[in-house]
Amino acid sequence: MGATALRNKPAPVSAPNDAIVEVRGICKTYGNVEALRGVDLDFPRGKLTSLLGPSGCGKTTLLKIIAGLIEADAGTVTIDGKPVKGPGPERAFVFQDFALMPWATVLRNVAFGLELRRRARAEREEIARRYIAQVGLAGFEDKYPHELSGGMRQRVGLARALSVDAEVLLLDEPFSAVDEQNRRKFQEDLIRLRTQENKTFIFVTHSIEEAVYISDRIVLLSPRPGRVSRIIEPEIDRSGDPDRIHRDKHYLDTVEEIWQGLKQYVE
Amino acid sequence: MTILGYRIPMMASLVVWCLVWEVLGRTGLIFILPPFSDVLAAAVQLVQTASWQSATVTTLRAFAIGMVLAILCGVPLGILMGRVKLADDLLGMWVNIFSSAPLSALVPVLMILFGFGEKTIIAAVFLFAIWIIVLDTRAGVRHISPSLMEMARSYGASQPALYGKIILWAALPEILAGIRLGLIRGVKGVVIGQLLVAIVGYGALFETFSRNFRMAEFWALTIILFAFAMLMAELIERVEAKVEYYAGARQ
Amino acid sequence: MATNIRLEGEAGGLALPLRRDAVGWQDRPILLRLISIALFAAIWEIAGLIPVSFAFPTFSDTLVAFFGLLADGSLPSAYLSTLQPLVVGVVLSAFLGVGIGTICGLSRTGEWLIVPVFIVLQSAPVAAFIPLVTFVYGIGMTAKVLAVMILALPVIVLNTYKAVRNVNGSLLSMCRSFLGTRWQSISKIILPDASPVIFAGLRLGVAAGFVGVVLAELLITPTGIGDVITFHRSRADYAEMYATIASIIALSTLTLVFLQWVEVRVFRPEKRGR
Repeated sequence: MGATALRNKPAPVSAPNDAIVEVRGICKTYGNVEALRGVDLDFPRGKLTSLLGPSGCGKTTLLKIIAGLIEADAGTVTIDGKPVKGPGPERAFVFQDFALMPWATVLRNVAFGLELRRRARAEREEIARRYIAQVGLAGFEDKYPHELSGGMRQRVGLARALSVDAEVLLLDEPFSAVDEQNRRKFQEDLIRLRTQENKTFIFVTHSIEEAVYISDRIVLLSPRPGRVSRIIEPEIDRSGDPDRIHRDKHYLDTVEEIWQGLKQYVE
Repeated sequence: MTILGYRIPMMASLVVWCLVWEVLGRTGLIFILPPFSDVLAAAVQLVQTASWQSATVTTLRAFAIGMVLAILCGVPLGILMGRVKLADDLLGMWVNIFSSAPLSALVPVLMILFGFGEKTIIAAVFLFAIWIIVLDTRAGVRHISPSLMEMARSYGASQPALYGKIILWAALPEILAGIRLGLIRGVKGVVIGQLLVAIVGYGALFETFSRNFRMAEFWALTIILFAFAMLMAELIERVEAKVEYYAGARQ
Repeated sequence: MATNIRLEGEAGGLALPLRRDAVGWQDRPILLRLISIALFAAIWEIAGLIPVSFAFPTFSDTLVAFFGLLADGSLPSAYLSTLQPLVVGVVLSAFLGVGIGTICGLSRTGEWLIVPVFIVLQSAPVAAFIPLVTFVYGIGMTAKVLAVMILALPVIVLNTYKAVRNVNGSLLSMCRSFLGTRWQSISKIILPDASPVIFAGLRLGVAAGFVGVVLAELLITPTGIGDVITFHRSRADYAEMYATIASIIALSTLTLVFLQWVEVRVFRPEKRGR
């Protein structure tokens, strides 16, 4: 591929070895569909890495393998050098369909991760309130999920993931069930949140614009079988007015570049 | 459930239960439970007797007449309730009440109204089966997409054509589901009716067998009845699957 | 054979709360309901006046007979003896049924082994067993309780099983990803998520229980309501007989309406936005 505007260069800021999540030789087959074949990837600490690709490229499968929700057929995932055997406290998942308990209030939903860890009620609710405020839902603590819009529900999902204080946040197409306007606002908030919380984000999306807009690194996956096709590090200045990014030349070029590369997979 | 990689259909576990039954029966610990093999043998014997054959004819005839009446009355009533709001408002409450009420309490009334004979059984089948048919038909008519109705009207469909060519067909999956549930309830109606009347068809046989302690025959009759009920449900389900094939595409 | 389970059972139209009739008669304006009742009474009255049969009393006669039965205490005492086995049977079926259903929903082996039995019991005329029950347990309370349970248990088991089996998978993996234990996922996710359908099953179980107790009293043990019905039939006091039958149907209807009301009040908020 003739990449002129950007090169597949190694990240200059982070040392090559400072990867918090290491994926080695992951293979996964469903029946006779090969979802992932020999995926090797490093996810640098404190960065937001997107897994981007057309449907069927196994990006969600890879994320769930990292989360420990799905077992790989072959290969290993390590977090800080420790192999993943199942879900762990250092990872938190944000679900595509929010996965909120409809019978529980926002407060209990956000505190649920801590409730499962048997933390005292007062303590977990205090933490939950803090993160509810941080995602911009202060005042909605006692509402039920059905009383919230899609965007607000996903904010609850995000607050729940933040409140367990995991180092790695795994987000599975978190905005795909959120309407366009709310999605844009949410993306801006996510950029702001990232600067406050020093966490590693792994973000699955099928939206090129979304990936380029928020990511430090973009891992492009090719479908059938899913493999890493390239890694892109858009250098976009995200300080200042977030709306400016959408008009940034580098942003637009990167989006176009990725589209040209992915086009062949779209029927 | 899978064993050694083979998927064993769920209903196959009934075979396991039959084996358990056989073993329990052989131990003779439960006096009302003869071994399953005895029951099967009794069933073979039973179907050859004249009393069983005539009871079956009586029962089937009452069941069939009751069901036909229930369908002939239930479907139009359901369509009426689905189309006319006033009818729905006035009748909906009663249909709902009767669909979940203990209708067996009404059988004594049927007995004094229709006598201790076949008419009572027919009435019981009718009474048990009709309400669910009405409810499902009504739901089916309600669920017809408005654009389909508007299409028919915009192409100038007359009222009879609207009902005969659109409404009946569009609601058919629900109507069939209602008829299937109605059949299951009808079987219960025929059994409950005959048990209470106790001198007609299977009811009389049950009465004889249990009074004279002929347990193998009692169970044989029960199994025949259960098999019949399951078979009816299965047959209608087959038809339903065919209809749902196009119904699934109508959304 | 029918491996896909349809839940509509012996008694009661809908198994899953939101399906067939979200109509519910309680959505309708009171006035229409009153008109509907009045119309029913009027038709009954006219049919009794014609009369359609010597054994068909008018509505007013039946109403008078009803108050007569209330006043002489025969109806209240009959209900006292009818409701005992009903309540005991339904409560036992509820615990047993929810337990069995939960096990079937959680364990594949349990599902394979137990569910087919209840599918058969659900669609077969189990009333045929009631005479058999008398055989073993005589004509006492136990027999009546068993009759209630035979009818109520299948619908409760199958509803619970289906609810647990179809629990929201995304919530389950959420619970797992936040390190919930198996027990936590059952108590904090599966049972709350399944509770609306389980409750609907319990409501249908109550409806079936009414059928069971009435059948038991008519078929085997001449006590309670069944006795009142049989007694007045034998004396040709048709108005009293009709009044008793109408009263048990009314009682079962009122109970079901109340349960449906509870269902809507308790489980409604979470039904939305699914």
